[in-house]
This record gives sequence, structure tokens and C-alpha cells, in this order.
Amino acid sequence: MLSRLLRTYLRPYGWNIALVLVMQTIQAMANLYLPTLNADIIDNGVAKGDTGYIISTGGIMLAATAGQVICAIVAVYFGARTATAFGRDVRQALFDKVETFSAREVAKFGAPSLITRTTNDVQQVQMLVLMTLIMLISAPVMMIGGVILALGQDVELSAILLFVVPIMAVFAALLLRAMAPLFRGVQSGIDRINRILREQIGGVRVIRAFVHDDYERDRFGEANSALTRLQIKVGRLFSLMFPFVMLLTNICSILVIWFGGHRVAEGAMETGALTAFITYLMYILMSLLMASMMFFFVPRAQVCAERLQQVLKTNSTVVQADDAVTHLPRPGEVAMDAASFRYPGAENPVLNDITFQAHPGQTLAIIGSTGSGKTTLLSLIPRLFDATGGSVQVGGVDVKDAALQTVWASIGLVPQKSYLFSGTIASNLRYGKSDATEEELWAALDVAQARDFVQALEGGLEAEVAQGGTNFSGGQRQRLAIARAIVRRPSIYLFDDSFSALDYATDSHLRAALKNVTQGATVVIVGQRVSTIREADQILVLDSGRIVGQGTHSQLLKDCETYKEIVYSQMSAKEAA
Amino acid sequence: MNAKARNKSGSTTPPRRQGGHGPGGGPMSMGMPAAKSLNFKASSARLLRTLSPERLRMIAVLALAIVSVALGVLGPKMLGNATNEVFNGFIGSRLPAGVSKAEVVASLQARGQDQFADMLAGMDVVPGEGVDFGAVGLILVAVLTIYVASALFGYAQGMLLTGVVQRSVFRMRRDVETKLGYLPLSYFDHQPRGEILSRVTNDIDNIAQTLQQTLSQLLNAVFTVLGVLVMMLTISPLLTLVAVATVPVAGVITMLIARRSQPQFIRQWQATGDLNAHIEEMYTGHELVKVFGRQAQAADTFRERNGELYTSSFKSQFISGTIQPSMMFVMNLGYVVIAVVGGLRVASGTMSLGDVQAFIQYSRQFTQPISQIASMMNLLQSGVASAERVFELLDEQEQSPDPIDPVRLTDVRGQVDFDAVDFSYDPDVKLIERLDLHAVPGQTIAIVGPTGAGKTTLVNLLERFYELRGGAIRLDGVDVRAMERGGLRHHIGMVLQDTWLFQGTIFDNIHYGRLDATREEVLSAAEATYVDRFVKHLPDGYDTVVDEEGSGISAGEKQLLTIARAFLADPAILILDEATSSVDTRTEVLVQRAMGKLRVGRTSFVIAHRLSTIRDADTILVMEDGAIVEQGNHETLMAAEGAYARLYNSQFAGAAAEG
Repeated sequence: MLSRLLRTYLRPYGWNIALVLVMQTIQAMANLYLPTLNADIIDNGVAKGDTGYIISTGGIMLAATAGQVICAIVAVYFGARTATAFGRDVRQALFDKVETFSAREVAKFGAPSLITRTTNDVQQVQMLVLMTLIMLISAPVMMIGGVILALGQDVELSAILLFVVPIMAVFAALLLRAMAPLFRGVQSGIDRINRILREQIGGVRVIRAFVHDDYERDRFGEANSALTRLQIKVGRLFSLMFPFVMLLTNICSILVIWFGGHRVAEGAMETGALTAFITYLMYILMSLLMASMMFFFVPRAQVCAERLQQVLKTNSTVVQADDAVTHLPRPGEVAMDAASFRYPGAENPVLNDITFQAHPGQTLAIIGSTGSGKTTLLSLIPRLFDATGGSVQVGGVDVKDAALQTVWASIGLVPQKSYLFSGTIASNLRYGKSDATEEELWAALDVAQARDFVQALEGGLEAEVAQGGTNFSGGQRQRLAIARAIVRRPSIYLFDDSFSALDYATDSHLRAALKNVTQGATVVIVGQRVSTIREADQILVLDSGRIVGQGTHSQLLKDCETYKEIVYSQMSAKEAA
Repeated sequence: MNAKARNKSGSTTPPRRQGGHGPGGGPMSMGMPAAKSLNFKASSARLLRTLSPERLRMIAVLALAIVSVALGVLGPKMLGNATNEVFNGFIGSRLPAGVSKAEVVASLQARGQDQFADMLAGMDVVPGEGVDFGAVGLILVAVLTIYVASALFGYAQGMLLTGVVQRSVFRMRRDVETKLGYLPLSYFDHQPRGEILSRVTNDIDNIAQTLQQTLSQLLNAVFTVLGVLVMMLTISPLLTLVAVATVPVAGVITMLIARRSQPQFIRQWQATGDLNAHIEEMYTGHELVKVFGRQAQAADTFRERNGELYTSSFKSQFISGTIQPSMMFVMNLGYVVIAVVGGLRVASGTMSLGDVQAFIQYSRQFTQPISQIASMMNLLQSGVASAERVFELLDEQEQSPDPIDPVRLTDVRGQVDFDAVDFSYDPDVKLIERLDLHAVPGQTIAIVGPTGAGKTTLVNLLERFYELRGGAIRLDGVDVRAMERGGLRHHIGMVLQDTWLFQGTIFDNIHYGRLDATREEVLSAAEATYVDRFVKHLPDGYDTVVDEEGSGISAGEKQLLTIARAFLADPAILILDEATSSVDTRTEVLVQRAMGKLRVGRTSFVIAHRLSTIRDADTILVMEDGAIVEQGNHETLMAAEGAYARLYNSQFAGAAAEG
């Protein structure tokens, strides 16, 4: 997982990495060379009191160091550049991918988890790349250099290295295996923290109203403790690492002295060679220690890469056909033919056998009890998800054959939950049409009966909107969401219970004004109030996902029991007629 | 009670600033990113203080670190002895047996081999005897023991430190969550949710990593430096001075570089927060982004913030990354100077060669941990930048504290009085002025009026979500400010138009209304509010998991759930703010009937646009522009033919126009 992610997203930076590699190699070689100069200074300079030699060799040493510093800085420059660019690219890929998701995929991962993945998980992998490029990459160079030098001193003694390497490898494998599940837990623990906190911020009013601060603190505390427990486990495994590697290192030097001593006694080795061997052994083990730093980053990065790949590999269930139609022959037309929808694995369909046609200039209203499938029906039109049976047509084309952008461009949606984005009133209104003029915005606000309160705001169109629109009342939010759809002047309007927070007077004024705007367009309204929908050209009465009545208000009053019940729950027979 | 509970254990929260009354004070800091104080030292000190509740453990960690370092220094020394033993044996084996060392030295001197004689004189050689592997073995076993002990101490230190670090991070997360409970609502109105989340997930996680990865190495490095310093002093104070002289140079260079990289680290974590805020918002409004064709713009904003994150991450890492090579240079410079000075001292005969050699060895050991610290600077700086952002949140101004000696009402009758209430969210825009409202216990009070008239604001004020600018609200004659917020809210049940569910089962979500309710009580509340009717059809029934995104159940069903929740809570005062706006009218009639039963003997406030909902209210208040313009019951208001009558008739306006 990790290696595939790295391969894919590091490929564009191949040359940078090669440069880093060269620089780090030179740097590591300088590291191996400097001790020789050190020894020279001591043996030939200090020991002989030859200051001139000390200064000249010292000069060489400083020059070498300067070269090393330059190499190191160049390596850091390109290493940091590559790692951070890698992070940027992966984040971008992830965001772009999630943007293609339909509601179903978003729900599958959950928004909080997708958020953690896009920032935190990427950060972990980026950290690994960064540390590798600026630090760990020189470890193998030092190791190989050290081995070559050690072999140069005594081949047989070098066999000790053969004993260290497998132990180290087994230790590494065991540690990695133990860490992977823990880190999987850590990342989903962060997801959970993120989710609970997100809920708490979103529901701050309700939590305070119910005085559940303590309960919420416990709920958060539980997630917090669970995460901490895992982190402690991980941390304890980490604490094992340094002492172990150090111990291994030290045992190695003990072995070298023991066996080396024997070889010296046998006359197979010079004493000087033994000292040198120990020095080189230290290099090898130092680089081993450095490499063990990888354990801080690799297991977590592995888990994170896995989580990133999960997202990157998920394809939206709503896919655009290759030869998608970008021109709609009959703009505004909306039709369904025996459309049905069923959640995967669910027993009962949410929608069953829905057939209707709506033409430009017409209003189609949908009414029905809570949970009868109204919102689901509406969602099939902009293809937020696909019907599992039958067909849905927009503009005379099956939505599955049309380009998604083309379908969306023809639709003005006002969702049930009128979500506004942070920014200004104007930026929200321009959401569907970024080049709309101020006149167009005011015109839309007029229709939405929102001019008065927007005018009264400090800053008017430029007044601040908080995330979600929480600084506006429900009714204001709804009117702004309606205005946002109107600014687009789409050929199809979808209103999902969009007048529920409006008082009757505003509701009726709004609908009257809307008529002028929507003249050549098709309007689909989901509503609860009979007054909102009674004038519609066609009313669908839904019950448990089926159409139980279809016709005009007066027709339905005559022959649809369900509709009658709904109407009489709101008004007297006289008022209804 | 919360304040008490929080003060018990160590808290990262500083003493609370008890701000003035102005609601909305403080949270506007997000508008000015550049004006951050970059106080690395103060922030790192505060970060270290977060470990203070574990003082004893930290002392143990320090002790273990000292022992482990001491053993780690002792080991190589003894290993040196073993090497000497080998050398001695090696030399000894080449000398004739049966003579004393002194004799050999004398004979060497006689032959003019002064150098070898000197060396031999200083060695523990028995001529003729080879390497004593018994002795070497003994030393090696001792060294092995020391190393094993050092490893065990190191491991114990790591174990302890992990606990200390993770528990401190735990406390930090807890404190932030608790802090959010004390912030005024206006804070949340202004701070993007994803930005707050980023502080808890990304920043605190970064702090945890920093502490976990650097603290133990930092301790070892510091102790090693100190230990080596002592060793160096015993050999040559002058050379020690030279070696130590590199430290301030190194320090100044580090500071100069760190001063440039620290703002970039702060920028990096700010950019992470901003990016997180954008992502959070786009993922939340996912469908709208698509249907409104905003993907390109959303991607542009993302690219821009992602680019900012990239630039600042790169700069911070690069600038910080130059510290280590610079240190390397300074250290090598110091090394050469030591070699020169040492060489001069040997030449002048003031210092022995062995001492200079040993000193040079130690000076390597001295610089090694310093460069180790330098190589961790990027992690450290990044961690401190994150800590600063967490502290910033912890220092946000809180809502005014609850009274120290609060009035506690036990048996609430439900009399509610608004006396000359002045309020507005924005000090420059007037909203409610001198509003009077009196609710008699047991009454149902309906509030109607055009959107934006201030109806929901009244609810917010009664719940004391915001503070008044003038006047008073009383419950049973007691000013609500004399009560604890929790105490006040306990008597009030609220159903808002924006439903809020947390991820959990339907049962849990209803149970939330009263946590000590039995299963039967929950189920009967569900039945009374017609939740039961749709839950029966769900495959998992009450165990169906719902969440904020509300997959699987409809908006109306969510509203029913929140009504059931309030029903279960059974409060003295009930507020229904557009509680049934998404519920179909037939179900609503049934729910109303149930609510009617619940409302008996309780003061209820009902806000609704469907006038059928409020027709039967005892008092109907008609609000316009933050003021009550009419008051009375349905009949009297209809007879008055005023604002209410116009409003009421407007619901049939459509029919009239058609007819």
C-alpha cells in the first residue's frame, strides 16, 4: 500500500530525489572521511606537536565540512521540497477524488473520517518521506561504507555483522507486525475524536439546553482514553526500540573485542586494525540506530497509506458514461419511468415504481407522510444517487447517459436543510452563478422575499455568513437558499420542503413572485402544506415509496383517500375546496 | 460543580479571565493571522508545564535517564580496559618470559627505543604472558551486565515517559473539549468548525508526536553533555573552555535560524487549520457543491490553501533543516581549534599526549548530542507551533462565570418574565428593545411573526445562550443570572427546528433526553411521539444507527426523534421552536395531541408557522422587528383584525387567488 502510494506520487520528483541521493551520499562519505582526518591530526599533528600540520589538515577538514554542509543544505532543500510537494499532491488527489463521490461513498467513510484522512493521514506519510529524504537516506550509505571499510580491515571478524543483521531484521519485522493494528486503531481513534467533537460543535445548543456537558465530556473522555491507551501501547513498543538497538550495538562491540582479541593473540590481526574495526563497526551501528528511527514513521505511515488508498481506490457509484450527452434536447423536462430505489442490502425499497412526466412551465408537487420517500425521489433527479430500477430522465435524456455537469447546470436545488457556506451573502448567492451581477442578486432576493432583511444587515450583500448559516434564523436561511437557486435561472427547480420555515404570508408572496421567474421552467416542489402545493399542475401523493395518487388538487380531493386525509388535517372542507 | 471538578487535577487551562459582560467579545481573533506573537520560549515552557501533574514520574524518568546515561558512559570505558588487556597480552607475548617489566623497560631505554619504553612503562604488561582471556572475559561479562542494565533502565525510562507524555496529551485534549463547553455561543458563530477540529486532531496529534519522539532523546542528550562536560573539566579546563565556547556560537546560529523558521511553522499549522476548515465545509455541503457546479471553485480554494500549506511546510522544514548542517560546521571548527590548541600544549609540554587524545575523544562525545538536538529542531519547532495554537484556544475568553452562590429552584412553577429586555447579537444593529413578556405557569404561549422577527432569539435568551444587554429574565421571580446555567436549563426542554442527532442508535438518541430513564420510559416516549411507528419498519428497529448526516431516515423522522427526546426529559418549561416543520400534517396532529397532554401543567412556548399548530394557545404573541406588536388569544386577535388576522388569513391566500 505504502510503496504503491509512494511510487505513484513521488514519480514526478524522481530527479529531485536522485539529486538528494547524490548529495546525501557525498555527505555521508564526508562523514566517513572526516574521522581519518581526525586520526591524522592526532597521529601526525598533535602527537608530534606539529602545529603547521594541524592547521593545514584542519583546513582540509574544514573545507570538507564546508562541502558537507553545502551538500546537506542542498539535500534538505530538495528533500523538503519533494516531501511537501508529495503531501500537497496526495491531498489534492484525495480532495479531487472525494469531490467525485456520491452521497453514498461519503456516507460509507463518514465525513469526519474523510476529513482526518485528507489532513492528518497525509501528514503522516509526508513526514515519513521528509524524514527519509533529509535524514534516513544517508543511513544505508553510511552502512555500506562502514561495511566496506570493516571488510578492508578484517574479513573474518566481519562475520559478526552477519549475526546482527538477521536479529535486527527479525526484530524489525516483529515490531512492524505488532504496530500495524495499533496504528490502525490510533487513526480510527482520531477519526472518532474528530467525529464526536464535530457533533458537539454542531449540537452545542442542544447539548447546553439538555445540560449534558457531563455526559458529553464522558463520551469524549471515553474516546480520548481509548486513543490514549493505544498511544501508550505504541509508545511502549517504541521505548523498546532504542534500548534494544543500543544493546545489540554494544553486544556487537563486546563480540568484536572477544573474537578480535583472539585473532590478535593468534597474530591474524594487527591491534591497530582492531581499533579501526571497532570505529567502523560504530558507524555501521550508528546508521542502524538512525535507520531504526524509521520505526517512528513507517508503521503509522503504512496504516495511513492504506487508509488513503481506500479512498483513492473507491469509485463513485454515480459514474458518467464515456460518451455522455452534453446537450439536452428538451430542456426542463423531468420524467421517471418505473423508477425504484433500494438501499443495498435493504429489504424494502424506499421508492417503488415511480412514473411521471413534468414539462417546462409546469409545477409538479410531491406530498406524503414523513418517511414516504419524497426526498429520495427528488435526489434521483440531479443523480445524487442512481435509481436501482427503472429510469430517470432529465431534459429528454436518461440521466445515466448525460454528462453530470450538464444535468446539474440545468438544476436549481433548494435542499431540505438549507446549508449556507461561510463567506458573505453575495458569495453564497453567487454559488450557482459566479458571474451574477448585483442586480441579479437583488432580483433573486426580491423573489425570495429576502430583500428587506438583507438590506437591514450591516454590509448588505457583503454581510458575513457563518458556516452553515448559523447566524441566520431558519426562515432567513431558507430564503437565502431559495435565492441562491434562483440566481442560477435553471430550467428545473427542485424545492425540497423549502418553505417549511416560512410563515404563510411570506410563503404565499414568495410563491407568487416565483411564478414570474419560473415561467419557462419546470418546478418540482416537495411540501407538507397543502396551501403550498394546491396550485400545482400535478400532485404526486406518496405513501411508503409508492404513488397512491396522481393528479390536480381537485381531482385528488375526489379520489385519493390519503390526500383527503392530509388536506383535512390542515383545513376545513370549506377551506380546501 | 464543573469548575470544582476541573481544578482538582492538573489542567493546561490557565486561570480563567473573567471577562466583562459583552457577549461576542474575543472571538474575532481569526481575522488577523499575522499579529501572532511568536514566543517560542514561553510556549515551550508552557508545553513542558503541561507535564507537571506527573512531577513524580518525571523525576523518576530523570533519575532513570541519569543512571542510563552514566552506565552508557561507563560501558565504553570498561570496554577500553578490555582492549588494553588484549594489547597488554599481545605485547607481553612478544617479550621474553621470566624478566620483570622494569627490566624490559630499562633494556629498551638502553637500546634507545625511548618511545616504546615510555609506552610500555605506562602499560600493565607482564612479559612473556599472552592475552589473559579469563580476565578479558570477566571484563566483557561485566560490560555486558552494564549494557543490559543500561538498556533496562532506558526501557523503563521510555515506558514511564510514554505514559507521562500520552496522559499529558490526554489532559490537553480533555481541557480543550471542556473549554469548548465554557465558550460563549458567539464563538462558534464565528469560528469555522473544521478549524477548531484541526486544533484538536492535527495540532494535538503533532504535539504528542513531538513529545514522544524528542523528549527522551532530549533528556539523554542533555545528560550526556553534562556528564561529558564534567569528564572534560577533569582533564583540561582550558580546552573545556574552547569546547564550551562553541556552544554559544551554536546557540546564536540556532536562534538566528529558528527565528526565521518558527513563523513558518506557525503558518504551516494555521494553513492546516484553514485547509481543514475548507475540507470540512466542502465535505459537509458535498451535494450542494456538486449540484451547484461549484466543484471547480471548491477545488480552486482547496488548491490555494493547499498551496499555502505546501509553501509554509517547505519553508519551515528547509529553514529549520539548515540548523543541523550549520551545527556540524561549528562543531568541526571547534574540533580543529581544540586540535590546534592541544597540539600547542603538547609541543610546549604542558599536557600529555594521552590527555589530549582523551580530551578529543570526549569533545566528540560532547558535540554528538548537541548535533542530535539540532537534528530534532524541526520536530520541536513544529510541536511548539502547534502547542501555541492549542493554548490560543484554551485562552479564549469564556462566557461569564456562573454565580458562586447560585439560587437553586427545586419546585418550578413555570412563571417566566421578560422585563424590559434589550438584546442584539451585533452591538451596532438593534434587535430587541425593552421587551416585556409574562407567562403564567401552565400557559401555552405561542409566538408568531414573520421570519427574522426575533422569535428564536427569545428562546436563545430564555436558555441564556446569549447575555442580555439590558433588563432581566426571571424564572419564578428569580433573575436567571442568579442561577447556574445548567440549573436553569434543567427546567427547560427544547426542541429546535434544526434537529441534532449524534452517531448512535435511535434508542440512545432518545435516551439522551433523560439519561436515567428506563428502557420502558424511552419506549413509551417513542410511542407517544409516533417515533415507534416508523422505527417498527426499520430492519434494526431501535438499534438502527443514525448520525448527523442522517443517512437512512428522513428529516421529519429526525424531528420526531428530537421531540421524543424532549418528551422523555419531561421539563417544567417546554420550548418548541418549529419542532414539527418537516413532519407531515397528519402525523403532526397526532403528535400535537400527545404534546398537548405533556403540556398540561407546564409553561410552554411554541413557535410555529403553521397557525393550525398554535390556534389553541392561551396567549399568542405577535412579533415584528424584535417587538411584540399584538397579544391575545386566537379569537380576540382575529376580532382585532390586526397583524395576526392578516397572517392567519394569508394561509388561504393561495386559494383565494386561485378561486
